[in-house]
Amino acid sequence: MSAALRPLLRRRETLLVVLLALFVALGSALSPYFFDAQNFSDLADDLMEKAIMALPLALIIIAGEIDLSVESMLGLSSALLGLSFGLGLPLWAGIPLVLLVGALGGLLNGLLVTWARLPSLVVTLGTLALYRGLAYVVLGPRAVSHWPAAFNAFGFGDVPGTLVPWPLLVFAALAIVFAFVLHRTWIGRQLYATGKSQEAARFAGVRVARLKTMLFVLSGVLAALAGVILTARLASARADNGQGFVLDVVTAVLLGGVNIFGGEGTIAGVVLAVFVIGVLRNALTLADVAPDAQSTAVGALLIVSVAGPNVVGRIRAAWRNREVWT
Amino acid sequence: MTGAPARALAVAARLRELGILVALGLVVLAVTLLSPSFLHLDNLGQVLLSVSLVAIAAAGQTIVVLTRNVDLSVGSMVGLVAFVTGDLLKQHALGVPEAVLAGCVLGLGLGAVNGAIVTIGRVPAIVATLGTLNVYRGLDFFVAGGKEVSAYDLPRAYLGIATSAVAGIPVLIVAAAVIAAAVAFVLRSTRPGRALYAIGSNPAAADAVGIPSQRLVFAAFAASGLLCGVAGVLWGSRFGTVNAFAASGLELEVIAAVVVGGVNIFGGSGTVFGAMLGALLLGTIDNALTLLRLSQFWLQAIDGVVILLAVGADATIRGSLQRALRARSGRR
Repeated sequence: MSAALRPLLRRRETLLVVLLALFVALGSALSPYFFDAQNFSDLADDLMEKAIMALPLALIIIAGEIDLSVESMLGLSSALLGLSFGLGLPLWAGIPLVLLVGALGGLLNGLLVTWARLPSLVVTLGTLALYRGLAYVVLGPRAVSHWPAAFNAFGFGDVPGTLVPWPLLVFAALAIVFAFVLHRTWIGRQLYATGKSQEAARFAGVRVARLKTMLFVLSGVLAALAGVILTARLASARADNGQGFVLDVVTAVLLGGVNIFGGEGTIAGVVLAVFVIGVLRNALTLADVAPDAQSTAVGALLIVSVAGPNVVGRIRAAWRNREVWT
Repeated sequence: MTGAPARALAVAARLRELGILVALGLVVLAVTLLSPSFLHLDNLGQVLLSVSLVAIAAAGQTIVVLTRNVDLSVGSMVGLVAFVTGDLLKQHALGVPEAVLAGCVLGLGLGAVNGAIVTIGRVPAIVATLGTLNVYRGLDFFVAGGKEVSAYDLPRAYLGIATSAVAGIPVLIVAAAVIAAAVAFVLRSTRPGRALYAIGSNPAAADAVGIPSQRLVFAAFAASGLLCGVAGVLWGSRFGTVNAFAASGLELEVIAAVVVGGVNIFGGSGTVFGAMLGALLLGTIDNALTLLRLSQFWLQAIDGVVILLAVGADATIRGSLQRALRARSGRR
């Protein structure tokens, strides 16, 4: 192996590309319907809400915090959009309204973490219950359907003349912005610094509290946006929309190589991981594996992706020690 | 830590539990005023019955959280054990005592897998158990394959476990109380129990004094699995009908009980007694909503607020305690 290749092979992104290729091969072997442009278009469409929520979560985890409440904010956003539309509020007013509620929900998370100095794991576990509860309070067990044609077209349809779903376009634009901000600007450098050592970052002049609060607000807004998109895609606003999404979102971020203890990770890794999970689920769906049983594979993938390198490293270290002793 | 600071910490811990007791008293008072039937013995029994399964799992969760870890997989462990136990009985593969034992052993095994992933695989607990939360639930779906076990399929001896009573007190409540007392004893009065607190409050120092941290963390996860196994066996007996969705979301109730009960999510402090009070407070609120004919839709929202209030109270108590200690050492 040449010396130039070595760092490339060590990168998480390389592993993810290999996994992606592996799962595409698996999908093709499992079903004749897999390797097909329309299937890839549908597969991407299915992923977009989770993918959009994964972007801000990556930044939050890089900064050393976590946000488990996003799936409930998605549900609350969907329920509020359903309620406001049902009451006759047009969508051009309703959508900004739910995005604003998303921002407020994120602000509450952020203030509890930074101003009240509570652990984000517990805070967002609390708001995971709170926001889902509010979603049920707002809409109850009802479903709101009968949306305007243009709204449905945004959810179901593709960009004219292509097989690119509209939500994929939204995600791609967001991913580019996130990658630029994280990897090319001072904001990104401050995020890594905060995640590596909050104290050191503060002494270096990073306004840690303000930075973290903004991240939670961003996370709330994008979770609300994901709620709007899912409502359009299902043509149905329900309080239980997005229940259980947090697993795939957190898995995507961690599988993408973001360190759970903060300070490390790339947007490219997260985007690749989103598609690795999506392709795996799609291949299993085509092989008639039920969504809940698919979670076994996703959960195992998450564990192996973190434990694998650790175990290999320890075996390698033991091997090296053995050579020293003999 | 010795002398005055240690005493101050002990007082603070007691204050914290007193706080939940006061909150519990206020909820009970308010509900009784609005709906006197709350205090009927039948209803109080119902509250304790519905709390007992959460409480058993919460005792295990307390052990894990004390070591600065967390076990998110409890709902899936309880569900998987409940289904497998029920299915073994349905197929007449085992007798009731053997099936109950098998369920507990399965729980222990699942917990040991969690422990191995965390200690040998060096995977952070939140990542590892988020993974197994899904792996175990997926296994449940594979095993169940869309079927369910109903009360008709189950032997009366198994269903009788939940309905029988010891000295007039239902077995579920007795089991929860005995388990809580046993765990409390181990944590409070044994060497491994104290070591668990040491690991959670300062892992590096615990290693330095020779505490076998890895082995104890492994044991903590195994204990959580075992107690989830017990809860799973009792779950099937209590509800009779078990499908692949059984006990999903239970992990949130269990962690909420532990956090509300004042166990520090970053490890090192908290008691099983507190966690039991936390479970009781959340269970009482649940019951109150039903009695007051408030929509169950409020339940999750209220649970969320209670978690936030409890963790906020923790931070306030800890903050003022630290200020007090600092002021005292400053005077010296």
